[in-house]
Amino acid sequence: MSEDVYEIRLTVNGVPRSARAPARRLLSDFLRHDLGLTGTHVGCEHGVCGCCTVLLDGAPVRSCLMFAVSARAHEVTTVEGLGGPDGSLGPVQRAFQECHALQCGFCTPGFLVAVTALVRDARAAGRAGPTEEEVLEGISGNLCRCTGYQNIVKAVHRAADLMAEHGAEDGGEP
Amino acid sequence: MKPPPFTYHSPSSVEETLDVLAETGTDGKVLAGGQSLIPLMNMRLAAPAHLIDINGAGGLDVLRTSDDGVRVGATVRQARVERDAEVFRVQPLLRWATGFVAHPVVRNRGTVVGSLAHADPAGELPAVLALLDGTIEVVSRGARRTVTGRDFFAGPLESSLEPDELAVSAFFPALPDRAGASFAEVARRHGDFAVCGAAGLVELDDDLRVAAARVAYVSVGPNPVVLDLTEACGHRSPGATDWTRAADAARGRLDPGADIHASAEYRRHLAGVLTARVLGEAGARAHGAAASGDGAHSGALR
Ligand SMILES: Cc1cc2nc3c(=O)[nH]c(=O)nc-3n(C[C@@H](O)[C@H](O)[C@H](O)COP(=O)(O)OP(=O)(O)OC[C@H]3O[C@@H](n4cnc5c(N)ncnc54)[C@H](O)[C@@H]3O)c2cc1C
Ligand code: FES
Ligand code: FES
Repeated sequence: MSEDVYEIRLTVNGVPRSARAPARRLLSDFLRHDLGLTGTHVGCEHGVCGCCTVLLDGAPVRSCLMFAVSARAHEVTTVEGLGGPDGSLGPVQRAFQECHALQCGFCTPGFLVAVTALVRDARAAGRAGPTEEEVLEGISGNLCRCTGYQNIVKAVHRAADLMAEHGAEDGGEP
Repeated sequence: MKPPPFTYHSPSSVEETLDVLAETGTDGKVLAGGQSLIPLMNMRLAAPAHLIDINGAGGLDVLRTSDDGVRVGATVRQARVERDAEVFRVQPLLRWATGFVAHPVVRNRGTVVGSLAHADPAGELPAVLALLDGTIEVVSRGARRTVTGRDFFAGPLESSLEPDELAVSAFFPALPDRAGASFAEVARRHGDFAVCGAAGLVELDDDLRVAAARVAYVSVGPNPVVLDLTEACGHRSPGATDWTRAADAARGRLDPGADIHASAEYRRHLAGVLTARVLGEAGARAHGAAASGDGAHSGALR
């Protein structure tokens, strides 16, 4: 079967990007292979591990359970988009580093992206950060074989603190 | 693994979708949230020659709530239904049950209607539709029909949809006055498919005695099973009802299967435990709602 190839244009980390790929190209593979953004990791390719989590128009989704062609004209944020433009770490990344919330780091991009949305949503609802229960629910779809999760949970709360400090410094929401 | 090749269609209207479905027939599959279909394709357990992506079809992303119930359009994500305050007010069971469907990130993409069309006997939402006597609105080129939950689920992963048909919406009736609902399940880990699950609905009469008690079960048969357990509850007030009698009645009437997750006997045991749990909670909620004279708002009393 000769496959049709699509010109896929979308915005990744605020930058318009495009590449050509067949319809069956998963968004995860498109990001990694066609756009060279290898920060997004791929573990299971059936939605279970959460390594491939990216933000699609702001909402965390599994990039292995979406075709790139379906993401045309949408905005995607990957782990590469979580830091500052100067390469500095973002608040969630800093919290993970401070709390030793990673060991091998394979699962980390997925956690960072999911946690970014989790903390953002709690703060958007006018709260200091997610509750313990919300944290456990929020990271339940991400698997980590190394850390035992305890430091990841701590890092989520720490990220909320850092965002609050950051927000206070800027005199407003980040 | 990687999905096999297919021809991609992205119709921009429902009419165009129906045309493509009619042309592709059994070779075509609707792509909604993709959270069940794409894993199957990645594992090469499904290889549709044509995929019809309905996310751009327009008019399907509609969530409408009235005092009668909740109508959920085909591209409405599970997460949206779970969070919607009006949905929760009218039919709180939707939030409680949807919270058990996979993980939050998966629910950002997965649709309620897709969950019904997928007809997984381990799915929570088919059981909710069956319990509430909800319906699915189905269209094909030049035809439209309304299918009840009872007729929609035809077997494991099999709905009564014809290849040229699109499920455009599902309707979940509101929680009646003086009624309460509850959902519970047992899974290896939160977010995994249920080893056994139960959705319960209890309605009270004017004297606040149990007038109706029904439970729908997840993962106990090829389709959602709904049992009417009213008699076993004995027409007492919820506080005076021995829910274990309803549990015993349920155990006697269910015929669960065995698989690698659980033996039939263990499933029957769980079904009994969950029956008592969801009816007890639904009964208490119904009583709270009736006592406050505010049936439709019972969810807020949880
Ligand atoms: C890790 C993981 C865990 C999960 N756990 C659970 C769980 O605990 N409980 C549960 O119920 N589900 C679970 N799911 C599946 C759930 O997330 C899916 O969202 C749901 O089953 C299907 O909805 P969808 O919109 O993703 O449908 P798709 O995957 O797009 O489609 C599923 C099927 O339905 C058909 N279809 C979809 N929409 C229509 C329509 N409008 N008209 C006609 N046919 C249609 C498709 O052709 C396909 O055959 C899980 C998924 C993952 C990845
Ligand atoms: S690679 Fe996407 S969830 Fe595992
Ligand atoms: S740090 Fe190794 S898998 Fe999470």
